[in-house]
Amino acid sequence: MNPTVSPTLNEPVWFRRLLIGVGLAFLGLFLVLPLAAVLTEALRQGLGAYLNALHEPVALAAIKLTLIAAFIAVPLNLVFGVCAAWAIAKFEFRGKSLLITLIDLPFSVSPVIAGLIYVLIFGAQGWFGQWLFEHDVKIIFAVPGIVLATIFVTFPFVARELIPVMEEQGTAEEEAALTLGASGWQTFWRVTLPNIKWGLLYGVILCNARAMGEFGAVSVVSGHIRGETNTLPLHVEILYNEYNFVAAFACASLLALLALVTLAAKSFVEWRGQEQRATVPHLIPAAAPST
Amino acid sequence: MSVLTLRRPGVIPGFGITLGFTLLYLSLIVLIPLSATFFKSTQLGWDSFWATVTAPRVVASYRLSFGAAFLAAAVNLVFGLLVAWVLVRYRFPGRRLIDALVDLPFALPTAVAGIALTALYAPNGWIGQYLEPLGLKVAFTPTGVLVALIFIGLPFVVRTVQPVLQELKPEIEEAAASLGASRRQTFFRVLLPSLWPALLTGFALAFARALGEYGSVIFIAGNMPMVSEITPLLIITKLEQYDYAGATAIAVAMLVISFLLLLIINLLQWWGRRRHR
Repeated sequence: MNPTVSPTLNEPVWFRRLLIGVGLAFLGLFLVLPLAAVLTEALRQGLGAYLNALHEPVALAAIKLTLIAAFIAVPLNLVFGVCAAWAIAKFEFRGKSLLITLIDLPFSVSPVIAGLIYVLIFGAQGWFGQWLFEHDVKIIFAVPGIVLATIFVTFPFVARELIPVMEEQGTAEEEAALTLGASGWQTFWRVTLPNIKWGLLYGVILCNARAMGEFGAVSVVSGHIRGETNTLPLHVEILYNEYNFVAAFACASLLALLALVTLAAKSFVEWRGQEQRATVPHLIPAAAPST
Repeated sequence: MSVLTLRRPGVIPGFGITLGFTLLYLSLIVLIPLSATFFKSTQLGWDSFWATVTAPRVVASYRLSFGAAFLAAAVNLVFGLLVAWVLVRYRFPGRRLIDALVDLPFALPTAVAGIALTALYAPNGWIGQYLEPLGLKVAFTPTGVLVALIFIGLPFVVRTVQPVLQELKPEIEEAAASLGASRRQTFFRVLLPSLWPALLTGFALAFARALGEYGSVIFIAGNMPMVSEITPLLIITKLEQYDYAGATAIAVAMLVISFLLLLIINLLQWWGRRRHR
């Protein structure tokens, strides 16, 4: 906004500065200080202690399990998200808005309940508890339970990013490709995917961040067995409760780093996505006469 | 399924398989497991269900969870609007960096947020040491719960209001100003009414998220029964005592409330879209 416009169209300079100041103070207090606290606490006893804490075999096992859980949950939810967005955005059917609401459901369920529901099904007293025990299959207090809980809490991320993007694209380009003889797969890979790639990546980045950082849901199903069923956030909790603050904050700093990388990647994808969208209106008038 | 196949005929393939997979995956991961809680709670019988969800310790936890979530969402409503306004309307160095940083609570694992906030507000922490002489205790009290929930809900109002604020046409404000409205009147009579649906949606989203939040709260809360114990923690406590029926009863009470909130959020968004047209 031009600072020289009349006072009835803009706030006086002192008031604008005050608002900026208050806004920045609020964000500084609630966002910057916690981040700074994590790094300071992690490095309190120097870089050596910091690196030692990360080299612990138990910490490495926790990192590995976190990566495994995300590595399974993210691709599954990616495939689901693409399928759901395809069905919802490219076709008309009854019950569509109900389906969208149901897909969003995991966002409004407390993470603790997300863990609880799998305990009720696969736990010792659950629906399949007896059967699983007889066949020596462990789901709760084992890796499969952690993966399931992670899938649940990250369930809507890709779908809810893709649905609006695909709806905005419409079906004209796909219809053109199909009538020109492309197969369904070819149409998807060559026409749809390039159009939705930034939205897709955006969803995957958010999904991955939540998958690696989930605490509540995973905490219920994990059983907290050191070196076996502790993800990195759970490992942070255990170290913290043992008053091993340097190690706790060292592991936490890895997760904080992940958060910062996520934010950077997200901003980059947003910027590229906007750029792509901004170029589209230029292309359409140029292409219009030839059709 | 016959209802679902009522679709517009077209050349695009893959309706059956994509919708089929979507419904299957949704049922297996979300719907069937969620319904398990409702089945499990029916085993309890109405009387003992009611006795569990209205026990004094449980009621105290609702009061804390709802009260703190509501206050946190209210704080975020005010400051979220302010931050969105500053980010959309003003230009200052570092604006884009700060814009990106607003999403930190979405990206930072809740356990990390929990221990970081506790370190800050503990009696010997960076902030806590200045509050302690004033008689203000934040960490290990209900105030600590509030601080954690403000952090968790911070991006919601900013991110719902920001796009609406960006879309507002300057002509409306010019018209108001040329008709003699002061800046203050333009804001409260012209801008604020068109921001209400977005503000309330952001408020409801932040409130819903704060109600179920666990990771960031348990570190800073102190978790004293009747005082600073949130409802999700009670579910965990019951589970650890192998009281599955009790845990499920509280979970069902929370789920019903969450579904009502979801309904309200959907209505608000529908209202916002209708306003926008």
